[in-house]
Amino acid sequence: MSPELGHLAVIAALCLSFFQAVIPMVGSFVGHRSWMRLGHSLALGQFVFLGLAFVCLISVFIQDDFSVAYVANNSNTLLPLHYKVSAVWGAHEGSLLLWTLILAGWSGAIALFSGHMPQTFSARVLSILGFISLGFLLFLLFTSNPFERLLPVSPIEGRDLNPLLQDFGLIVHPPMLYMGYVGSSVPFAFAIAALIGGQFDSAWARWSRPWINTSWVFLTLGISLGSWWAYYELGWGGWWFWDPVENASFMPWLMSTALVHSVAATEKRGVFRSWTLLLAILSFSLSLLGAFLVRSGILTSVHSFANDPERGIFILWFLVIVVGASLLLFAIRSPQMANSTTHRGWSRETILLVNNVLLVTSTATIFIGTLYPLFSDVFQLGKISVGAPYFNFFFVPLMIILMLALGFAGFTRWGSTDVNLLLRRGLFPGLLSFFIALLVPALLTDSSSGSSYSFTAGITLFVSAWVLFMTIEDIYLKSRGSWINAKRFTCSYWGMVIAHIGLAACALGVGMSSSYDEQRDLRMMPGDAVKISDYEFRFGGVNRVDNANFVAFRGEVSVTDKTGMTINLFPEKRNYKAGGQVMTEAAIDASLARDLYVSLGEPLQGEAWAVRLQIKPLVRFIWLGSVLIGFGGLLAAFDKRYRRRKKLLDGQSNRGGLAFE
Amino acid sequence: MHPLRRQRLQIVILIIFAGACASALIIYALGQNANFFYTPTQIEEGQAPKGTLIRAGGMVVEGSVKRDDISLAVEFSVTDGAAILRVRHIGILPDLFAEGEAAIAAGRIDDNNILQATEVLAKHDEKYTPPEVADSMNATYQSRQEAKAELK
Repeated sequence: MSPELGHLAVIAALCLSFFQAVIPMVGSFVGHRSWMRLGHSLALGQFVFLGLAFVCLISVFIQDDFSVAYVANNSNTLLPLHYKVSAVWGAHEGSLLLWTLILAGWSGAIALFSGHMPQTFSARVLSILGFISLGFLLFLLFTSNPFERLLPVSPIEGRDLNPLLQDFGLIVHPPMLYMGYVGSSVPFAFAIAALIGGQFDSAWARWSRPWINTSWVFLTLGISLGSWWAYYELGWGGWWFWDPVENASFMPWLMSTALVHSVAATEKRGVFRSWTLLLAILSFSLSLLGAFLVRSGILTSVHSFANDPERGIFILWFLVIVVGASLLLFAIRSPQMANSTTHRGWSRETILLVNNVLLVTSTATIFIGTLYPLFSDVFQLGKISVGAPYFNFFFVPLMIILMLALGFAGFTRWGSTDVNLLLRRGLFPGLLSFFIALLVPALLTDSSSGSSYSFTAGITLFVSAWVLFMTIEDIYLKSRGSWINAKRFTCSYWGMVIAHIGLAACALGVGMSSSYDEQRDLRMMPGDAVKISDYEFRFGGVNRVDNANFVAFRGEVSVTDKTGMTINLFPEKRNYKAGGQVMTEAAIDASLARDLYVSLGEPLQGEAWAVRLQIKPLVRFIWLGSVLIGFGGLLAAFDKRYRRRKKLLDGQSNRGGLAFE
Repeated sequence: MHPLRRQRLQIVILIIFAGACASALIIYALGQNANFFYTPTQIEEGQAPKGTLIRAGGMVVEGSVKRDDISLAVEFSVTDGAAILRVRHIGILPDLFAEGEAAIAAGRIDDNNILQATEVLAKHDEKYTPPEVADSMNATYQSRQEAKAELK
């Protein structure tokens, strides 16, 4: 298939998106039913055309058509087939096409699964998504067309795909992350449609909640895949750097997390209405801001695409229009919304409010830390960078408070809860967690090597154990100790429980791997051995291995543990033939308890090499926890009540919610 | 005062107080953790504070990289085209660190005007130059052009 066909398909999708933005919206005001219905078919049509364009781009990559500039810059005949396909979203233009395709996918899904919503409402949702799509397609066509030809002189061979991106992680991380990023436009569209219609009640929350949860799940998994990729592919064992681009995805995630919780209160009690809308608007705005930061090239980062000021300006204008218009609409409409119920003192509403305040505060501190260097540069206050200590200074304490409050989540009731009851429920888990926090780091303290009791580990263990025990106590009390009762729990209850345990696991991984991480940078000759905690690392030397598209210097490190078991690890230093890039390929022996992480630095005199040896306890819990969080979110999104309501269409307030409220 | 008003006033005061505390904390934390970038010229002129964490960078001077024979200590020089800065570091250098290429080092300036680096960063692909380095090279280039123009 030719690139021209793909180009035409994008233009066709652009036309459809224009009609999708205008016709259903006008129809919803004049009450024209067929105009409103048109939105559904336009959304699906747009998805088909963008799918066609995407397939065209893939086929151009597979055919090695280097007359297309984007292919020439990001592919090579030596590249294995699966990387030729994933190279499609390896740089700015193609990843933007994937972005628009995913957006069309979300719109299409809404078109298919919105039968239970009033027609005016779903028409407006689709119209707003059409408007967003219009913006991105204009951006794609006018500043970043992936189908542009290099004619009449086209290269015979392409430049390579950046070797960092020749990896399984890159095949899955961007599509997953975009599903989440772009997914935040769905809650946004719901919020704007509600503001336009002035109808915003529990029914709204019930329609939008599965969508809010699903997009949040994708963002969760996308970010954790990215962190996992950085961990094994960048070669030095870091999994989070507070890099501006990481922050750009983390801010919408924190906001969406707040949204997932506040919309629960809106659905069940009708409270926090305007707040929920505002969170939906802000998460989408932060997603757009992220797109701006990454794609304008104003940031220094591993992720930044090659820069072009024109692109930055386009997104900046789009951002200003979208954020400005939606906040204006919000300012006009929100005073009309009054909360329907009240809550007093300690209640589930209060706990959710605490959750929201903490999440929004941490987003604000990250926002300031990320944008301050840009601000300082623009106003000539000097070129600065804000380091990780700044972010940890705020984020870590806020998350500790968050997890302490989270422990009570299951025991609080809507409306009001007896404080003494909460204290009674918290007493035993609190004591148990305290003992664990005291005991485990003390046992791990090795006085011979001069290490002392680790407070970081102590606090981590306390909050993680606290969340875990409180959650288990909650399950136990609600099921009255019987499995038959537990089977009657709703999916959303299980979802909440699993996600909260996931958070505890993730926090445990973060805290323990940072407190007990062992790292040595060494100069090693073949035959040299070094003992780090319970492991002996022996360096066997390096030999040369030739591959299709790179030459590798392959080191051998054998690691012997206390029991005498030996593991051989083969870290590599790779030289890529096409682009001349050098890359560190770490060798990792992974297990739930610890990772052994070995990477080759550079060759020194003679046969000596610089080698980095690391032991990372419980580091896998970080990603395991994220997967649990994602799984919990998904369970909650697929709760029975969202499907049952489709048939009933009664609009009554929901009574089938959380078990035992 | 009306009880409802008093309650609202309390909330407003609370918000203002919390906001003020948060701003003070943020300003403090930013001040502690924001690292300024200096060019070799600025450091030569003594503009960079000694003993505080800064970042500096430029092109790695050809032939300046010297590895120690027994440890991982390394020394090299970077330049912005006008001045040269010596950098010392103990550890592994990044993959794309090379002579004639851009590099940025974070560390502290010692009494001999040598940057004792705790971290060395290089570009992450072959097409990329860190904006700070590109700017400082451009500034040197421009000032030379102006100087030439004045001579004519």
